[in-house]
Amino acid sequence: MSFINYSSREINCKIVYYGPGLCGKTTNLHYIHKKVGPNMKGKLISLSTETERTLFFDFLPLSLGEIRGFRTRFHLYTVPGQVFYDASRKLILKGVDGVVFVADSQLERMEANIESLDNLRVNLAEQGYDLDRIPFVIQYNKRDLPNAVPVEELRRELNYRNVPEWNAIAPQGVGVFDTLKSVARLVLRELKKGGSR
Amino acid sequence: MANSLVMYEEEFSRIHAVCERLIRETHSKVVFLVDKNGQLITAAGQTQNVDTTSLASLTAGNVAAMGGLAKLIGESEFPHQFHEGTNESLYMTVIGGRVVLVVIFDNRTSLGLVRLRIKKASDEMMRILESVTMRAEYSGAASPFAEISDADIENLFSE
Ligand SMILES: Nc1nc2c(ncn2[C@@H]2O[C@H](COP(=O)(O)OP(=O)(O)O)[C@@H](O)[C@H]2O)c(=O)[nH]1
Ligand SMILES: [Mg+2]
Repeated sequence: MSFINYSSREINCKIVYYGPGLCGKTTNLHYIHKKVGPNMKGKLISLSTETERTLFFDFLPLSLGEIRGFRTRFHLYTVPGQVFYDASRKLILKGVDGVVFVADSQLERMEANIESLDNLRVNLAEQGYDLDRIPFVIQYNKRDLPNAVPVEELRRELNYRNVPEWNAIAPQGVGVFDTLKSVARLVLRELKKGGSR
Repeated sequence: MANSLVMYEEEFSRIHAVCERLIRETHSKVVFLVDKNGQLITAAGQTQNVDTTSLASLTAGNVAAMGGLAKLIGESEFPHQFHEGTNESLYMTVIGGRVVLVVIFDNRTSLGLVRLRIKKASDEMMRILESVTMRAEYSGAASPFAEISDADIENLFSE
């Protein structure tokens, strides 16, 4: 649920990076944080375990510039990927405006990708959202690894809705901003056509 | 879908005034109001050295987590939370199931006073929020962003 503030002339949107454990969600946010100018970003907050696994969420506020006098701000969140953190994932999806699904291209993570996408669908539905209608993009990450399965295969299993999709190598930044921009674009388009509550 | 919380100047000023008054009445340091999804609505008091965006997101995360815990034990929510630090303390109140009022204070004031004033402030806030909702409903389905163009959106990314 976006928040439009006429007084401060700001519009705030929430984007959630979803996907199986270790697929590279946090790495996406780290890269964005590293590359964006200081006046465009806030602090990157990571609620993680001692071993750097996301415990609750990562959070990165970004300010993208103005549209018709309104400052557009995007709040990026990641979810913890491990299966047993499902309760936390549900909480983070509250009020979401757009979702990025980060898939792990490695063959042995195929099942985890599919499971995570199913889990996303169920958790969104619980919040009253429909995965088939919400602004949604898919990132095929870890394209650099030798055991990456062909993109066509990933597409067949994960992108039946035919949403924008990007190949990525998140630690090197490949595909990271393409992914972010395309989801931001979809969110703003939705806002343009969508009614207020 | 694409539900938006829309805040107009008038309600915003009223909300901000309630926060300002709460600061004065409680001698607290910072008061802020966050929507449950983690977006800061307004902040008052000594906010210069405080990262209010981070505060807002973590407040929402905390309230969401405590709400999840509450449901597990058969409560609908824990509407009040108090966290006491060595120097600074923090009080959070969920208002109307939708927003969270947070007061940060130190030993220049007391928990009793803070709690008392928060009660009054949240009743008032509740009434203002109701008018925000009603306004949004009456304004119909027209999004305030209906007039933006695809070109506007693309311009945002061309820099
Ligand atoms: N080779 C390679 N490693 C990656 C890529 N993306 C992320 N990683 C690594 O995968 C591990 C897990 O990444 P992380 O972002 O913490 O995953 P998360 O659980 O989805 O947040 C880290 O060691 C990353 O450096 C990628 O595109 N290629
Ligand atoms: Mg992570």
